[in-house]
Amino acid sequence: MTLPASLDEAVAALAAMPAAVPVAGGTDLMAAVNRGLLRPAGLVGLGRINEIRGWQYQDGHALLGAGLTHARMGRPDFAALIPALAAAARAAGPPQIRNAGTLGGNIASAAPTGDALPVLAALEATLVIAGPDGARREIPVSHLLAGRDMLAPAELIGYVRVPLLHAPQVFLKATGRTGPGRATASVAVVLDPARRGVRCAVGAIAPMPLRPLEAERWIASLIDWDGERAALAPEALGAFGEYVAAACIPDPAPSVDGAPPPPLSPAVLHLRRTVAALARRALGRALS
Amino acid sequence: MSNDAATATVDGASPAAAPEQQAPAHGIGASLAPVDARAKTEGTFPYAADLWAEGLLWAAVLRAPHACARIVSIDTSAAVAMPGVRSVVTHADVPGDPAFGRRIADRPVFAAEFVRHHGEPIAAVAADHPDTARLAAAAIAVEYEVLEPVTDPEKAFAAEPLHPDGNLIRHIPLQYGDPEVTGEVVVEGLYRIGRQDPAPIGAEAGLAVPRPDGGVELYAASTDPHSDRDLAAACFGLEPDRVKVVVTGVPGATGDREDLGFQLPLGLLALKTGCPVKLTATREESFLGHAHRHPTLLRYRHHADTEGRLVKVEAQILLDAGAYAEASSESLAAAVAFACGPYVVPHAFVEGWAVRTNNPPSGHVRGEGAMQVCAAYEGQMDKLAAKLGLDPAELRMRNALATGDLLPTGQTVTCPAPVAELLAAVRDFPLPTLPKDAPEDDWLLPGGPEGAGEPDAVRRGVGYALGMVHMLGAEGTDEVSTATVKVQDGVATVICAAVETGQGFTTLARQIVQETLGIDEVHVAPVDTDQPPAGPATHGRHTWVSGGAVERAAKMVRTQLLQPLAHKFGMSTELLQIADGKITSYDGVLSTTVTEAMDGKELWATAQCRPHPTEPLDETGQGDAFVGLAFCAIRAVVDVDIELGSVRVVELAVAQDVGRILNPRQLAARIEAGVTQGVGAALTENLRTVRGRIRHPDLTGYALPTALDAPDIRIVKLVEERDVVAPFGAKAASAVPVVTSPAAIASAVRAATGRPVNRLPIRPQAAVVQQG
Repeated sequence: MTLPASLDEAVAALAAMPAAVPVAGGTDLMAAVNRGLLRPAGLVGLGRINEIRGWQYQDGHALLGAGLTHARMGRPDFAALIPALAAAARAAGPPQIRNAGTLGGNIASAAPTGDALPVLAALEATLVIAGPDGARREIPVSHLLAGRDMLAPAELIGYVRVPLLHAPQVFLKATGRTGPGRATASVAVVLDPARRGVRCAVGAIAPMPLRPLEAERWIASLIDWDGERAALAPEALGAFGEYVAAACIPDPAPSVDGAPPPPLSPAVLHLRRTVAALARRALGRALS
Repeated sequence: MSNDAATATVDGASPAAAPEQQAPAHGIGASLAPVDARAKTEGTFPYAADLWAEGLLWAAVLRAPHACARIVSIDTSAAVAMPGVRSVVTHADVPGDPAFGRRIADRPVFAAEFVRHHGEPIAAVAADHPDTARLAAAAIAVEYEVLEPVTDPEKAFAAEPLHPDGNLIRHIPLQYGDPEVTGEVVVEGLYRIGRQDPAPIGAEAGLAVPRPDGGVELYAASTDPHSDRDLAAACFGLEPDRVKVVVTGVPGATGDREDLGFQLPLGLLALKTGCPVKLTATREESFLGHAHRHPTLLRYRHHADTEGRLVKVEAQILLDAGAYAEASSESLAAAVAFACGPYVVPHAFVEGWAVRTNNPPSGHVRGEGAMQVCAAYEGQMDKLAAKLGLDPAELRMRNALATGDLLPTGQTVTCPAPVAELLAAVRDFPLPTLPKDAPEDDWLLPGGPEGAGEPDAVRRGVGYALGMVHMLGAEGTDEVSTATVKVQDGVATVICAAVETGQGFTTLARQIVQETLGIDEVHVAPVDTDQPPAGPATHGRHTWVSGGAVERAAKMVRTQLLQPLAHKFGMSTELLQIADGKITSYDGVLSTTVTEAMDGKELWATAQCRPHPTEPLDETGQGDAFVGLAFCAIRAVVDVDIELGSVRVVELAVAQDVGRILNPRQLAARIEAGVTQGVGAALTENLRTVRGRIRHPDLTGYALPTALDAPDIRIVKLVEERDVVAPFGAKAASAVPVVTSPAAIASAVRAATGRPVNRLPIRPQAAVVQQG
């Protein structure tokens, strides 16, 4: 176990011992170790790297350190900056988990139920990846989550670049209980008045967050961006919800011989209704 | 949530409302704190997982990855060859009986030919390091021929026998009254109850220490040490007196802690290696190894007249017992006997089966049998109320059971059965404030504080349920308990093999001795099998049986202490009182101190308590099978987000028949714990399996209620009507709220959504109201 004090030292430590595993909050990693699924040959602890524990501003963006904990992101000062990410961080589990779990860890473990992921997808965030010898490269978060662009050996997620939109954002998640739980479905909706766009991502129902692009464009075309209030009729909100749900959980295609496709199971239909309700509520709250 | 207005109206008998300063400081009725409460809170209490012995070895158990398979071969050579491995045992190394079981010895110590459930032990390893043991267990090569598992209990009847004993463990066709009778109003329903796990706070752990005489000592969190000792000795091929079970601190038990499956490999390894061997189960092993609540399928048909009086109940109850019998026979008897609930039913035809499947093992979890049927018969009562256009509480009131009525088993209810009084108490308790009348901050929506709940989509529902359980073993079990009380130097010691599982027995034993002997300082000795047996810590029996034995022994000591004085004073012992270390005559004229009266002597007395005998249910389900019954009424108030189907239980109002309050604070805690376990069964707790394999054997996938899930629990009324046959008239308090609260919550969700809600735990899609 090494405890480097800077990002470059951490990358160097990983390069020196390729079998070592980086650990930040350890909320996913240690569970795997305890279950005997993982027996890392070494650990590179990221907890002492102060440069990735806060954030800075850079030409209209916030550069969030990957070591930001969910507890820190849930605080009001952060919520004023990126409200949906703060809401996702507050919903991310019990306080013990939120105190330890980090933004970078949420991205790296890429669990389908990771609460920050749909928000980052909706914000079209990019990752700043630190490599050996001070190398830095940027990739869209969706590329990493989709497996299009993986982390190379001895690379670490250093920062997450998120646009500051100065507009309402909402994150909603449905769980099986009142206490903290894993999402059965989650929806992030962000408004981008400068580009007259609505961006929406649905989490927890697929291996990575889904973006219903057509539904986004359609609803953005209905919003009166120059008006005093951008509120939409309840019917439009409802239609948006249905549109998002149908895009993310499509009807099965008819089979080749023209026979009607098998109907969706009740559980899938319930999931679709849940996504529709979440998307409708999220947009309604963003516009109210 | 603040709800001060409601609290002010709580019945005076409620321990929550009773002012602390009026309660006595010791003796019966005092809120004595448990001796170990501080150590347990601070984390210094030694549980089985904290045990240590010089030179100990660590054990690991290899468990089957399949639900149903034939074992072709087991090759342990790779494990034996690993450095640090001291011994490997399989079925071939069991010197005594190859199988064990409390009623039917049908469960192998290690699977020999067939694997019958996921997680069945195949072999065990002792090594000098826990990791070595685990790696060695993984290195054992087992060749399986994987077979198609029987996972649907309905198909178990026709399936190939999973066990030489056959797939039907028990069948009770209860017949009571006239089968031809029909009612004017008939409702039918099909109900499914999921698999709840007892999920003890501490996973199973134990230490086995070989003895110089060739025997072995098992240090374990056993809840029935004497039975465990006998079963273990039979498997080890030893005389029972060569095996000693020492009970360590039990980290929570809401059923039998079926530790034996964990302890037997330990004992075998200790005997084989001659070294102490320790095992601490992981949470995953704990889920795989211990028994769960029986998943149950229930079909009901209720007949009633137009006034809403029950005429006839027809029911079919199918318990999924898993691979081995365990407590399935008792569970089925309870399910069949209480299939109609605490209601007067003139004609009842209930057919119950417990069948073997390749699903995880089912066994004793508190309220077993009774909990599953409660959810079903209360669903039927709601249906009946809806069909008749009657208020659900009124319908239940019209049918409430009372003392003197008959159960469908033909047994007369002789104990107090204040069912109507309990129902009236919860019905008349003021409802909690509606969210629209409360400040917005106080409204916790379904889905939680950071959830997606929207006030416009939330509907509130109120539901009722009445539950009953039996106390003590049923159907002819000998329920004897033995206790010894010793007094020396003004300090009393209780020696009784009744295990403290968190039910509070040690505290009650102290209070009983304080009350009888007037001695404040009372110690309760730790439990081991060198003491006379006290029976299992189940069905709330220790309060009754062991408490009764302690009281008798204390009374005998009292007589020994007072006899010489009474002789000296020339009055009977009844006219002397003991209080604050002084013995005083009734008129206060003559007095002496206890120390003086003791005169350096040591006083001992041992007594037994054996409740009146019961009889097994006969071939038509008839018989006086139960010693005592306890009743409970719960009113649930829930908020349901009808679009997402998320449910939050706002409040549960509980009225319970407790016989007599021995320790108010402990009683309230037991009721709250029971109610909360019921909340889990109603909403989240279901151990899911796919083709017999447990899908998520961890506490992330298996959601226990958190503080946010637990509702406001209002103990509205505790009815104190002493049961004359019980030693203090006290009834066990923990099981009946577990039985009743899931049914009450389901009833409230029905009221909020208008959906049938016939499955527990309630799935979100069952609580969604479809618009348009």
